[in-house]
Amino acid sequence: MLRPLLRYAWVVLIPLVPLVDRNAAHINFLADAGAFMLLALGLNIVVGFAGLLDLGYAAFFAIGSYAYAMLASPQFGIHVPFWVMLFVASGIAAVFGILLGAPTLRLRGDYLAIVTLGFGEIVPQTFLNLTQYTNGPNGISSLDQPTFFGHAFGFNPVPYFYVMLALIALAIWLATNLRDSRIGRAWMAIREDELAAKHMGINTTVAKLSAFALGASFSGLAGVAYASKLQLVSPDQFQFTVSVLILSMLVLGGMGSIAGVLVGSFALSFINNFLLPQATNIAHGFGLPLDFTNYRFMLYGVILVAVMLFRPEGLIPSRQRRAELRAPLSDPALAQRENAEYSGSTS
Amino acid sequence: MSAAAAPLCVLNRLSKRFGGLQALSDVSLEIRAGSVVGMIGPNGAGKSTVFNLISGIAAPTSGAITFAGRPLSALRPDQIVARGIARTFQNIRLFAFSSALENVMTGQHVRMHATLLDSLVHTPVHRAEERRARERARELLHFVGLEGRAGTLARHLPYGHQRRLEIARALASQPRLLLLDEPAAGMNPREKDDLAALIERIRLDGITVLLIEHDMRLVMALSERIAVLDHGEKIAEGPPEAVRRDPRVIEAYLGAGPHTERQEP
Repeated sequence: MLRPLLRYAWVVLIPLVPLVDRNAAHINFLADAGAFMLLALGLNIVVGFAGLLDLGYAAFFAIGSYAYAMLASPQFGIHVPFWVMLFVASGIAAVFGILLGAPTLRLRGDYLAIVTLGFGEIVPQTFLNLTQYTNGPNGISSLDQPTFFGHAFGFNPVPYFYVMLALIALAIWLATNLRDSRIGRAWMAIREDELAAKHMGINTTVAKLSAFALGASFSGLAGVAYASKLQLVSPDQFQFTVSVLILSMLVLGGMGSIAGVLVGSFALSFINNFLLPQATNIAHGFGLPLDFTNYRFMLYGVILVAVMLFRPEGLIPSRQRRAELRAPLSDPALAQRENAEYSGSTS
Repeated sequence: MSAAAAPLCVLNRLSKRFGGLQALSDVSLEIRAGSVVGMIGPNGAGKSTVFNLISGIAAPTSGAITFAGRPLSALRPDQIVARGIARTFQNIRLFAFSSALENVMTGQHVRMHATLLDSLVHTPVHRAEERRARERARELLHFVGLEGRAGTLARHLPYGHQRRLEIARALASQPRLLLLDEPAAGMNPREKDDLAALIERIRLDGITVLLIEHDMRLVMALSERIAVLDHGEKIAEGPPEAVRRDPRVIEAYLGAGPHTERQEP
């Protein structure tokens, strides 16, 4: 009774936040957090739904951001409108999702993680070294500001807040649809038992590439929105730590669970971009020379270890994840079979 | 075997080597449409290898499989399912953390047509298809005797029910040929009787069944013909009565009479 009410309460309350909270820094933080929520929703398709461990997801964020930087800035004198770029960049990211996915189709688990990690390193390095197009380490600046019916967004974070909100709503809708669909079941099948999935008539090649492409396309949206807000892209925004951060958001919130992923990504963004800087300010106010943001990764580590120990399924787990990590087996023999090695794929 | 009806599935001199191991040599078999064919043999005789070759996880070293008049060579497993061959697994391979209903709906994948775009925005076409798939899944659960368990996670079902759920999931792809790999393993006598009745109903629905089974009573009662494998070779084939009396089968598999020891090679 309360749950559906709560769900709709969010829909009404969140858009009111900028009207109540007039502090631009707060709205700015929320808009930045929105980009990471989008990224987490996208990575969740690859890792949470299809079970393909991707350690280089920031590469797609980079591709989305650089797409905007190159096609909507004085860099080449091309000025594609922001709203068009949302589609273009997610399309470009999806293509790169397929390019990365194709060579990894036969890989699973750790091996897949290593290859995606490599991809995550290659992409920012490429942008760094293509100096004549990307200005190397300086990055591309003065990106076009979005306009809405002729009104430029300027440096006011409020319009970005609403853009992020709309994109997140769209992403939630799409991700939910995907989960409860033919392709969503195919991903579930691949995640649980790839061999059995093949014998259910699932073309695992197509299903995996779809996951990579759709997952990457979400980060195209995030990249455009984030880059246009910051009006700057540079290679150091897309380091390995960003990939790890997004993956940590999934682990914290609950892999495969859309609500969990939103909570996890907001929580880590909150700690990262709000709590720690605020704590540092307060410390400085008391004359203490402490910079809490330096302890960011230590804090993530502690949080992740705590989650693994006390709630391995995440804060708001999906039903399946909870079952995997909590539910007792009805049949001890089944447990034994589950531990038996992945057999049969001899071809 | 009626002379007029062409066999649904023909195995023509199938051989399979795994490195130095000859898992299967020159096995031929014709499976008549609408029949139940049993395949028996000691452990390691090559029965599951036959299933793996038919369902496309492994390619035969030599020989060919023809299904409904067309060769199956070089097809992926999912394409073979699309042609109309479904299977179950000796070691149950359900999607353990999904509900019984979701398992059966997943089995319908190949008969559904929703594109990625349909899935992404839930077009009316997609919604109608999902509704039909859910209804069909419920019918299949009812058919195998799992009505009322639709929402139960596969791993929480009792063992015998898991075997039935695997059959329902395989039937969901609307096969013409169903490969059952030791469906009665681990079942008690009552469950075996229910299973025999289920297989008979599947046959009456017009689905051909190739059955690997160790339970002699079950396989003798259900099968129109039985093929016996030993050390990768087919040592006998015929109606149950003939196979039961075949001296080679008795020697190789049925363990001979009470006074003779089985000879180990």
